[in-house]
Amino acid sequence: MLRYLAPIIVFAIMIPVFLIGLNRDPTELPSPYIGKTGPQFELPRLLDAQQTVGSADYAGNIALINVWATWCVGCRQEHGFLLKLAAKNDLSIYGINWRDRREDAVSWLDQLGNPYVASGFDADGRVGIDWGVYGAPETFLIDADGTVLYKHISPLNQAVWDEEFVPRIQAARGESR
Amino acid sequence: MKHLLLALTLLLPSAVALAIDTGKAFDDPVLQARYEKIISEVRCLKCQNQTIKDSNAFLAGDLRREIRRMLQEGKSDAEIFDFLVVRYGEFALYKPRMSGKTLVLWIAPLLFIGIGGLIVFRVIRGRMAMPLDDEDEIAVG
Repeated sequence: MLRYLAPIIVFAIMIPVFLIGLNRDPTELPSPYIGKTGPQFELPRLLDAQQTVGSADYAGNIALINVWATWCVGCRQEHGFLLKLAAKNDLSIYGINWRDRREDAVSWLDQLGNPYVASGFDADGRVGIDWGVYGAPETFLIDADGTVLYKHISPLNQAVWDEEFVPRIQAARGESR
Repeated sequence: MKHLLLALTLLLPSAVALAIDTGKAFDDPVLQARYEKIISEVRCLKCQNQTIKDSNAFLAGDLRREIRRMLQEGKSDAEIFDFLVVRYGEFALYKPRMSGKTLVLWIAPLLFIGIGGLIVFRVIRGRMAMPLDDEDEIAVG
């Protein structure tokens, strides 16, 4: 009896394993920084190369770090949502303009609007590597003490925001709705 | 015709190789060998099934640049792999290091061979215990 049942049982175990495997996105890699302090950085500002922006600017506050570039289609897709978020003035959004051309990035902000408190200009991708960035857009949620609370890969939108970000921000602030 | 085809086939891989900066990075042959070994063991995170040696994605180029910089600074191989794992996780290495998280990757093949061997062993032993009826028939007939 077992002789005939065994393959069926093994098969029944394999099905959910494969189903889970099929529904996972292998291109989304978890950040090793989650729950740890994010890397320090300091970059020249995109709009004013004489000034810098970096981890010191958001220290003490919950902040978003959004990695973007003008060559990135997903960044254009999420830009409207970032503007909406910035208008709510709930938390500061810092940008890392990653592997881009300065004039392209400046005119992008001119044309589409600027949701960022400031964007750092990471021309050679060095800061991007420090943050483990491998594709834009990527968005990090940073706690007041610098801990990385969450990393979202791919464009932001309201649904992702409500589901992944809002609960974490509330928990970090010790709020409950 | 045969020669033309052969020539064309030989050209194909060189076209791929030309796209990547695989030229000599170091004059020192020891450093160059270490460099090539390291970049052939690091995954291109953007194009996940290629090493950064084989990929011409800009991220792969950036990582090669960082690895060259670290080699020049005299960092050890372990320090360079650490640099990558801290930023990108164990997934960045094609040869994951032994650790709690990657233990299952190292043990699984042995485990599967063990299970398979056990099944084969049991099947063979079961067969050996069976009477060889057809041979008997020949002997009788």
